[in-house]
Amino acid sequence: MEVWKNHPARQSWWKILAVALLFYTFYMGFMGEVPRMPILNETIRNLYFHVTMWMAMLVLMIVNAVYGILYLSREDSYLDMVAEESATTAMVFGAAGLITGMVWANYTWGAPWVNDPQLNGTAASLLIYAAYFILRNAVQDDRKRARLAAVYGIFAFVMMIVFIMVLPKMSDSLHPGKGGNPGFNKYDLDANMRAVFYPAVIGWTLLGVWITSLRVRIKKIASHYHD
Amino acid sequence: MIKHLAHRLRFLPLPFLLASEAFAQEVEMADTMRAEGKIYVVIVVAFIVLAILAGFIVRTDRKVSKLEKEISANKGKA
Repeated sequence: MEVWKNHPARQSWWKILAVALLFYTFYMGFMGEVPRMPILNETIRNLYFHVTMWMAMLVLMIVNAVYGILYLSREDSYLDMVAEESATTAMVFGAAGLITGMVWANYTWGAPWVNDPQLNGTAASLLIYAAYFILRNAVQDDRKRARLAAVYGIFAFVMMIVFIMVLPKMSDSLHPGKGGNPGFNKYDLDANMRAVFYPAVIGWTLLGVWITSLRVRIKKIASHYHD
Repeated sequence: MIKHLAHRLRFLPLPFLLASEAFAQEVEMADTMRAEGKIYVVIVVAFIVLAILAGFIVRTDRKVSKLEKEISANKGKA
């Protein structure tokens, strides 16, 4: 366990930052100035709680792909642990994003699920990542599993980018900035909201990284007892 | 003078500007809740939940650290 001495995972400054940013998010999320928009009304504040889930998921999926690439070049089982656990945490944030999105959609678009390319794309991406875990469970040999998972993880990440960032922009979507919808107008560009949204993204993402680091450390301890 | 000014400004889309302003004010927000200060009840509840969850994850972190230390200490003995 010498690996962990002075390792970023054992430092506390960024964990304190995560909690501080989340307190800021919860305070400004309810108290900050937001544009008065019809239909959205106060629900516009969900930007800090729903959209941030997807941002945190996206960052953790990037971590998964990067550690997959690192594993393929170095074959260190620790890198595979990080890849797996970041995908696990990402799925939790993805589920939170999906459920909160359904609640929000129900009261603004009129139904929890509308036939929207952004929604169907995210659902498809989550299913692709669900297959990542099925694949992992199907392979017995540790090294073979890690290699297959790394390759599949990179593939899944590319597919997710196509599904949630490319295709919805090419067709009509109810989400701002997609298809014929004017995005990044008053709703996204509002300076007051950006001052909350960006710190919120960092706070939630750091929380995700923290949970992931704990899961990796537990896995490392477990592997010590198995050896 | 005023008549003259009004005549000069007759092409300004003033009615539209006023209408959009009125429209923005008409959008229903939780203004009463804020005015009454009840919003702070929500904030206190949210803060308590966040504090409890933060405390819980910190405790979990410490437990993991303790296990890591135990393992490295045992390794030193062997």
